[in-house]
Amino acid sequence: MAHISDEIETSRSEASKAIVDVDEYRRQRRARLERIGKWLMPLIVLALMLWMWNRIVTVNEIPHYILPDPALVITTLAADISLLWNALLVTLRITLLALAVAVIGGVGLAVIFTQSRFVEMSLFPYAVILQVTPVISIAPLIFIYVDNRTVGLLLCAWIVAFFPVLSNTTLGLNSVDHNLRDLFRIYGANRWQELVHLRLPSALPYFLGGLRIAGGLALIGAVVAEYVAGTGGINSGLAFTILEAGYRLNIPRMFAALLLIAGTGVLIFLILSLLSHLLLHKWHESAVKREA
Amino acid sequence: MRHHGDTVGDGLLTMLSVDKTFGADIKALKDMSLQVNVGDFISLLGPSGCGKSTALRIIASLINPTSGRVEWDGDHSRGSVGIVFQEPTLMPWATVAKNVWLPHRLSGISFRKARSKIEDCLKVVGLEDFSNSYPRELSGGMKMRVSIARALVTDPRIILMDEPFAALDEITRFKLNNDLLQLKENVGCTVIFVTHSVFESVFLSNRIAVMVARPGRVFEEVVIDEGYPRDESFRTSSSYAAYCRRVSESLRRSTNAKT
Repeated sequence: MAHISDEIETSRSEASKAIVDVDEYRRQRRARLERIGKWLMPLIVLALMLWMWNRIVTVNEIPHYILPDPALVITTLAADISLLWNALLVTLRITLLALAVAVIGGVGLAVIFTQSRFVEMSLFPYAVILQVTPVISIAPLIFIYVDNRTVGLLLCAWIVAFFPVLSNTTLGLNSVDHNLRDLFRIYGANRWQELVHLRLPSALPYFLGGLRIAGGLALIGAVVAEYVAGTGGINSGLAFTILEAGYRLNIPRMFAALLLIAGTGVLIFLILSLLSHLLLHKWHESAVKREA
Repeated sequence: MRHHGDTVGDGLLTMLSVDKTFGADIKALKDMSLQVNVGDFISLLGPSGCGKSTALRIIASLINPTSGRVEWDGDHSRGSVGIVFQEPTLMPWATVAKNVWLPHRLSGISFRKARSKIEDCLKVVGLEDFSNSYPRELSGGMKMRVSIARALVTDPRIILMDEPFAALDEITRFKLNNDLLQLKENVGCTVIFVTHSVFESVFLSNRIAVMVARPGRVFEEVVIDEGYPRDESFRTSSSYAAYCRRVSESLRRSTNAKT
């Protein structure tokens, strides 16, 4: 009984705190609405779009081999799930491998760049050239010279994904507080200590920013490379599934595969954002939530 | 915590006619000489561009003089110089205790071994309850205290302070001035303190090197013949006012006396 009245008391005091003045009341109401709206608004947009899609298909009597009803896309996704799932795993494997190699290559190269300005001067322009050349135009060449299909796919995805890691990490490694560098010098830090205890932690937020971009790009690279590679068989990924379904006018399956690719991209982004939050939330400004 | 083997009044370091030229003809320092004794609290006072920070960086061996030299009496190894910058210069990813650990960490001493020393130093600056906080959780004044604790942790023979309180508000600055004097009593350290505040330099120092710009050099040395410990009452005393007048006067003459 006592604690119930306590509870009422607290809620009352909270309520009175909420209306301590009009501005504060408005601010809190707005914050509450924004919290709900962040999730609700995109869902409303989604529902609206699906409804319009369904109306357009039904009213115009569009055949499903041109534009399938959204419900048909979902049923196809469920019916073909084992085929699509296997294809997804193939694409995902290439994506994650490419991302891993991009991280190792990008960070490794960035570290070498900061250790030697001359290496950076010599190589950075070529990293840029590799980045600005569309992967779809390099991919056919890669598949001529690289026999192993997986290695070829990996190479394509890596070319796309590694640059943001490289450029962001290089920027981060060079963004060290110069007073901290002086401090390290005064206390006789060697190059290795400066790298491990100063440059790498300073670069971490930059690296994570690059990683989030690279995650999406690795998926794009993997899909594009699959299109170019084109050959079927048991080891074909989602891109080839889309191509094949297109030849057969199996449009619902194309949509279902597309849905999986987009969903995978979102998932990769979310996981990398979570990783970034976990690593930075204790100390970095980007992860600090401010009141008001 | 005083560095072993140093006795107050003994010579500690000497700058002998140090010149520093940047680029082709920017003379940051010209013929600067300074004798620092153990227990001194010396302020380098002057307008911006008079080379006071350059002098400090030369003493810290961060830059080499163009000519002239700095001579140390006795041991001059790593850890014998502590430094405090104008910014707190903390590693944001490390806790307060880990920040204070840094000088020891770089000489290969484990956190566990350094722990009691770190705690001592945090106690000296009054932050023993914040050892697990991150820098962003602290106020500007508290961050500065962490920076001072880090400078103390190696038992340095000398602490170099480069306008450490210039970015703080006046109330915090007064508080830290008092605490710094208290610390000097407890720890018995030697300090070179760069500032452009006449009042701060008179309150803290036993010697003030008034510096002049273009080229940077020592114009005059003023001795503040007022014993330690000093407290808040010194700020309102007539001798304090007289010293401030004297030092301001010296600053004015230095800017008029163009050679």
